[in-house]
Amino acid sequence: MSGVLVVLEQRAGNWNRMSFEALAAGQQLAAALGISCSAAVVGSGIAALGTELASKRLDKVFLVEHELLGEYTSDGYVTTLEQLVKQAAPNYVIFPHTYQVRDFAPALATRFRRVLISDVVAIHAEGDGTPVFVRQLLQGKLNADYKQTAEAPAFISIQAGTFRADTVVEGAAQIETINPAIEASQIRNKPGERFRESASTVDLTVAPVIVSVGRGIGEADNIPMIEELAAALGAELAASRPICDNGWLPMERQVGSSGQTVAPKLYLAVGISGAIQHLVGMKGSKAVIAINKDENAPIFEVADFGVVGDLFEIVPALTKAVLAAKS
Amino acid sequence: MKIIVAIKQVPERDAQIQIAANGKWIDEDDLTYAINEPDAYALEEALQFKEKNGGEVIVLCAGPERVTSTLRDALAKGADRAIHIEADDLAQRDTLGVAELLAVAVKAESPDLILTGLQSDDLGLGQTGVVLAELLGIPHATIIMQVEKTDTGLRVKRELEDGWFQHVDMPLPALLTIQSGGNKLRYATLMGIKKAKSKETNTIAAADSSEAAALKLARVYLPEKQKKTVMLTGTPEQIAAQLVEKLKFEVRVI
Repeated sequence: MSGVLVVLEQRAGNWNRMSFEALAAGQQLAAALGISCSAAVVGSGIAALGTELASKRLDKVFLVEHELLGEYTSDGYVTTLEQLVKQAAPNYVIFPHTYQVRDFAPALATRFRRVLISDVVAIHAEGDGTPVFVRQLLQGKLNADYKQTAEAPAFISIQAGTFRADTVVEGAAQIETINPAIEASQIRNKPGERFRESASTVDLTVAPVIVSVGRGIGEADNIPMIEELAAALGAELAASRPICDNGWLPMERQVGSSGQTVAPKLYLAVGISGAIQHLVGMKGSKAVIAINKDENAPIFEVADFGVVGDLFEIVPALTKAVLAAKS
Repeated sequence: MKIIVAIKQVPERDAQIQIAANGKWIDEDDLTYAINEPDAYALEEALQFKEKNGGEVIVLCAGPERVTSTLRDALAKGADRAIHIEADDLAQRDTLGVAELLAVAVKAESPDLILTGLQSDDLGLGQTGVVLAELLGIPHATIIMQVEKTDTGLRVKRELEDGWFQHVDMPLPALLTIQSGGNKLRYATLMGIKKAKSKETNTIAAADSSEAAALKLARVYLPEKQKKTVMLTGTPEQIAAQLVEKLKFEVRVI
């Protein structure tokens, strides 16, 4: 086929929300290179998803079904997709950069003696040149251009929010059902039911104003200073992962890829450097204000207003000024 | 149970980063290095597992001479011995090449369990553990918060997206990539630092890479700004006054 193959993610018949962003990436890469784009969905009892995909502009839809694929296992997926990639022979295999893809795609690429180009935030491709895949390094402090030097296939996973799902081009495609050869004995891990620790009582997604705190706060005893600012602004309090890991704020207040995704009117980031895992959870905010001591912190790349300085001086002054303005 | 913890030495989080003159990596002179944070959690998980179930914890690190300081820190925290794969050319090897180096050292030890962090703070590819498991032909699970011994192997708690979790039962030997934050990290005690001096570090030379790398890092550069950021300056009071102005008239949340 020598085109692009996008492997979408679903669970129990529901799409992962990043699947169509990856599909947009695949269609755009194929268009830039003048090659075809196909898509695959893997699972059990997913005919409806295949039909939905067949309404997109694609060369082919591979409906990859097997009863052993009803529940995700890395062994099941690697075995299946190895067969699919060998059969379809694409030049580029594109995935959404989900937790599930992180679990199996590196092993899949290894079967072809390739290295997954993971967590891609931009693709530069034109004509017959080798595409450049942009990744972030050092928690977003630097960008890096990666090129595959080995022959096809190349394996690429796309970070959330890099491509827009609403840019997927409609069309029509033929469905090809594939029943991979898998034995139950090949699946070594036995996954249990999914569960949540506790019912989340904080819904940050509806908060119009969020004050969020990161590592820069230093210690738990300093959190009340941020709480006072949040209270003054009538804002919900949120945090980056390390703060919740340390138990300084409950996990349900975490924003980022492992926490909530928010898009408030104002996101005020205090002492947050802005690693990609955090940025994907808040970069849809209408306005972002960042206060950080490091002028090179990646949070400033997405900030409308930035303050480089000591948060322990600026936050109390800001709280005071907000209260004065409101009174 | 024999546990190997694969760790990486990376630039410290607060390190000032300069792009190297050739534009292909960062300037490594005058950089300070530390253990990759997720790997520190993998080490902690291994040490706690050993305290509960007995066994041996071996730390494994590939890199130039400087990485021995990170191995020594791990020994001081309680690892029993260390293996240093001496390699000055890690930047020329891709993930597969590095995982192959690790696989050779791991095979020689035949461990029951291999732990590593879920990703590195520098390259952030998040793959070395999974690739290593594939090369060794053993099962793996990623983004793991807890590890328990069972009669038949392990039960691990795997983090999924959006606050969901899942337990996974798996046989041994196995490889796990550990999520940050599952445990509280220990500090090395004075006694630990003293004991570390008598612990063994086995240095092995890295084999030449068997194949050309599949991937090339062509260029590193500062990210372009996604937004035009207005930087506010002045005394804290002046900055606060400007911010309130913006909050009132531009963001309109006051």
